[in-house]
Amino acid sequence: MNSPVAPNSFRTGPDHEGMFGIFGGRFVAETLMPLILDLEREWNAAKVDPEFQAELKSLSTHYAGRPSKLYFAEGLTRHLGGARIFFKREDLNHTGSHKINNCLGQILLARRMGKTRIIAETGAGQHGVASATVAARFNLPCVVYMGATDVERQKPNVFRMKLLGAEVNPVSAGHGTLKDAMNEALRDWVTNVEDTYYLIGTAAGPHPYPELVREFQSVIGIEARAQMLEQEGRLPDVVIAAVGGGSNAIGIFHPFLDDPDVKIVGVEAGGHGLSGDEHCASMSAGRPGVLHGNRTYLLQDEDGQIKDGHSISAGLDYPGVGPEHSWLRDTGRVEYVPIMDDEAMEAFQLCTKTEGIIPALESAHAIAQAMKIAPQMRKDETIIVNLSGRGDKDVHTVATMMGMEI
Amino acid sequence: MTDTRIDRRMAALKEEGRPALVTYFMGGDPDYETSLSIMKALPKAGSDVIELGMPFSDPMADGPAIQAAGLRALKAGQTLKKTLAMAADFRREDDETPIVLMGYYNPIYIYGVERFLTDAKASGIDGLIVVDLPPEMDAELCVPALKAGINFIRLATPTTDDKRLPKVLENTSGFVYYVSMLGITGSALPDTTKVAGAVARIKGHTDLPVCVGFGVKTAEQARAIGASADGVVVGTAIVNAVANVLGPKGDKTADPAEAVATLVSGLAQGVRSARLAKAS
Repeated sequence: MNSPVAPNSFRTGPDHEGMFGIFGGRFVAETLMPLILDLEREWNAAKVDPEFQAELKSLSTHYAGRPSKLYFAEGLTRHLGGARIFFKREDLNHTGSHKINNCLGQILLARRMGKTRIIAETGAGQHGVASATVAARFNLPCVVYMGATDVERQKPNVFRMKLLGAEVNPVSAGHGTLKDAMNEALRDWVTNVEDTYYLIGTAAGPHPYPELVREFQSVIGIEARAQMLEQEGRLPDVVIAAVGGGSNAIGIFHPFLDDPDVKIVGVEAGGHGLSGDEHCASMSAGRPGVLHGNRTYLLQDEDGQIKDGHSISAGLDYPGVGPEHSWLRDTGRVEYVPIMDDEAMEAFQLCTKTEGIIPALESAHAIAQAMKIAPQMRKDETIIVNLSGRGDKDVHTVATMMGMEI
Repeated sequence: MTDTRIDRRMAALKEEGRPALVTYFMGGDPDYETSLSIMKALPKAGSDVIELGMPFSDPMADGPAIQAAGLRALKAGQTLKKTLAMAADFRREDDETPIVLMGYYNPIYIYGVERFLTDAKASGIDGLIVVDLPPEMDAELCVPALKAGINFIRLATPTTDDKRLPKVLENTSGFVYYVSMLGITGSALPDTTKVAGAVARIKGHTDLPVCVGFGVKTAEQARAIGASADGVVVGTAIVNAVANVLGPKGDKTADPAEAVATLVSGLAQGVRSARLAKAS
């Protein structure tokens, strides 16, 4: 691929057209364009409005439980016998993942814009649950689109969303995963654009979504950076996060981008391996294209038709990635690597046994990467793994993989 | 830019004093040969402008009927290259009927914009409708297409207010496609009086013909919409006429081209009586 010249700062994007280099943009139907421009205006006003920031801060503290802890994973570190591993405990947030950070920010934007109905797409159900949660908290009706395959493999989350008062609409098109849910959410939005706010769950979609989701998730990296400095007196050597659409990853990466000594690694879902179609490693095995409102790396065939992909983890089961990640890949600032289903499964079990923490399968991909590199690093070096979510939702999938019934 | 077949056809129909019947079908549905026979049947049945659908795996602005048609076409091996070949095949017999390619940007982007425009021009393509390229992204394809002598037809929608309309119309040529409602293709047609008001509003900003689509299914609706619009676009009803003669395994229970021709003849009568209806 083309390698653009390294910029003075990696933290200034996107430009006023919503582009990160050639990535990003606003590739949407005209019906949505006026609303997207409204959203951009509202977002630009909100981000400098002290009242908005104060309300978000208060909800983050008292409702979501921030700041999340930076925890020294002593058991896992001892087991691997290399670099010291720290977990950024996003799994301890209200609703059990990082998704609540973005949902709180966006529900406040929706209210500012006077929207009275919330729609969302979800893969693993973590974003669906977080959306249903904030919708319940602010008494707004919420419709969640979820691939039929994901409805099947994430039943506990489907039930949680329903308990929270959301309507869950299974989508059977394609493979019935996140991509199909996003198509259907966009169709709903185009139909109900006047009263509806589309609460996108990842740092993708048309501008300004990638930017605003990143800003709401950057609290992860801002905290982690300060906590590391406070606890260890220096920055980490490596930061690792799993990348599906990439919201938890951009959230923890962004505040470290201009720290040149911090190596940053994004982990994509390698599924059954990159040689066939059974993976979701869009940046390792895809090429740039246009889908869901932005240009980014996509899994596609030579005719530009989007492939479905595969991952054991519903949250990573998406053939694209947020546009800022595509740009960070091409500039070389962040390294993106695949982790296979079986490696993630092993990490899931090892983390559970050595730390007493059941990680989400998404986060298990990041832990698996730490397992690969920690033994090769010195004992005085440090790694932060973004533990983006808890794994209770995945126990059925894991049991099936292990040939057990529960 | 120079006159295209679209400009000439629209001017002739204006002379004739009736709206255009614009017909959409999905290229390659249910297979290449059948689809080409449908395309050839369209002008004979009274279609004035052909919209040739380029199938895409993720058609975000389309309802279930066109989604399914696109998947049938892709399954049968349709590609953008084959869709262009279909237009070229059609052109061997008909050098008059305008052809507008309609679809999504990614297959064109992957084909390569310059190469696509060269091949489209050579295949006899007159215009493009690309759903996910709003004016904000004009540098991608719209401006190069205009330079290549291909019309770029823009969608205007009920959310395109008077403030935004000039931006939408700026690089539009051929005609303006007014999307009759907020929603996806194949939804219910809204109140025709509202549509007439919207058409009048757009005409206040441009001299281009205004065609109306999304939701027009019957000859009666075509007549009602055609009373105020310069053209009526029918898509989902045609795609359904194909689907209705396909058995559960894709086997044909009747000739799809004939089924489409029957429907289009009725619609053609609808548009031909549109201005009479208005006069009475």
